[in-house]
Amino acid sequence: MSLLTEFSDILIKGTLDSLYMIFASTFFSYLFGLPLGIALVVTGDNHIMPAKHVNRVLETVVNIVRSVPFIILIIAVMPFTRMVAGTSIGPKAAIVALVIGATPFVARLVESSLKEVDKGIIEAATSMGCSKFEIIYKVMVPESMPSLIMGASITTITLVGYSAMAGVLGGGGLGDIAIRYGYYRYEGELMVVTIILLVAIVQGIQVIGNKWSKKINHLN
Amino acid sequence: MIRIENISKMYKTKTGGFLALDNVSLNVEKGDIYGVIGLSGAGKSTLVRCINLLERPTEGKVFIEGQEITAMDEKDLRKIRQSLGMIFQDFNLLMQRNVLDNIKFPLEIAKTDKKTAEKRAEDLLKLVGLEEKSNSYPAQLSGGQKQRVAIARALANNPKVLLCDEATSALDPVTTLSILNLLKDINEKLGVTIIIITHEMKVVETICNKVAVIESARIVKDGLTKDLINHFEEVNQ
Ligand SMILES: Nc1ncnc2c1ncn2[C@@H]1O[C@H](COP(=O)(O)OP(=O)(O)OP(=O)(O)O)[C@@H](O)[C@H]1O
Ligand SMILES: [Mg+2]
Repeated sequence: MSLLTEFSDILIKGTLDSLYMIFASTFFSYLFGLPLGIALVVTGDNHIMPAKHVNRVLETVVNIVRSVPFIILIIAVMPFTRMVAGTSIGPKAAIVALVIGATPFVARLVESSLKEVDKGIIEAATSMGCSKFEIIYKVMVPESMPSLIMGASITTITLVGYSAMAGVLGGGGLGDIAIRYGYYRYEGELMVVTIILLVAIVQGIQVIGNKWSKKINHLN
Repeated sequence: MIRIENISKMYKTKTGGFLALDNVSLNVEKGDIYGVIGLSGAGKSTLVRCINLLERPTEGKVFIEGQEITAMDEKDLRKIRQSLGMIFQDFNLLMQRNVLDNIKFPLEIAKTDKKTAEKRAEDLLKLVGLEEKSNSYPAQLSGGQKQRVAIARALANNPKVLLCDEATSALDPVTTLSILNLLKDINEKLGVTIIIITHEMKVVETICNKVAVIESARIVKDGLTKDLINHFEEVNQ
């Protein structure tokens, strides 16, 4: 495998850039997506902070962002990316677009996890004198933690794909290597190697996510 | 202890509204085990949920020890709720917390210090006879055991009142009897006033000193259980 030795530096840097993009964007997507997902749930009909108009606005924003194909979103937010990251190329810039793309996705996953929490449990907590915030952080979030963790692994895996796409558009990382060497320079083997690396990352995340979620779940 | 004055509850529905309680009044004295009995859909749950304002009556007032809770703000209401324990038909335990931590939950909410809470939770576990289950999770318990945990949890903050909505309806007759005995004990030893919602005559006969019969949103009869036995027999037929 002379190819591997020849390109090992590039592959290592590509992998690290990819991992950096994936995990940083997962982190920031949750930083924004978790509160957004919580807000989607609690402002809903018959929930703990019903607010029809707020709920409708949030719904609309989430749906709009989610309906823009990611590849187009990256280009559309470039001016904003430049403003935040100071540049529109490289991993840092890619993270900005990734976070914008993934936040509404995270919000939906969080929403569906939190909706699994039995209404009766929330009611019991209310009857014990819990405030609304206590219901959120002491009941809804801990009760749905196994499901939230599964959601986080789905998000991370989705971001593996998105980050490769962002890579193609100048974000760096494994996607960038695949297109630059594999496609433009006909280094087919190198493309295969990047794919293997991406598969390994996805597998790793999936296995960790499943194990962790299972470990903390006391439902059965 | 608890005074319900002319409350009505209108649920909003797509077709307008549904009157689940129609001008209901009830007076529960300290130490009572007060049964509220009626058929499905009569408004029993709605009535008990109006006592801790899980459901807000559309009209009327609710007093707890002379304080009008229907006029309280959020903060005072949360405080008073800590003195009103409640248990439910389907237990509503926190599934991701073990038994001991479930019992500690209301103590956490009341900001009780950790040591006191630990001790209190252990005492309560003993009271409901589940010491050996302290580290189990709700999913590993039987229905009767879950209800015991729920009772311990409801008692954590030394409530003056325990509200029970069909607390034994999901349990077999033997387990039902053991839970009822536990409730009676709690009433006698701790002096907790108990309100029991049920559709089972047997429950009323077993532990309630007073009872109200609710029929399509109204209380049609109420008084001492022993005086109303005849009425029940009519209902039973
Ligand atoms: N949130 C709601 N919206 C509209 N109608 C409701 C709502 N909750 C209850 N109702 C209606 O109010 C009536 C009384 O309900 P409630 O739950 O108090 O009955 P119940 O006596 O407890 O019955 P069960 O024995 O079946 O528990 C029912 O006809 C029910 O359909
Ligand atoms: Mg009911």
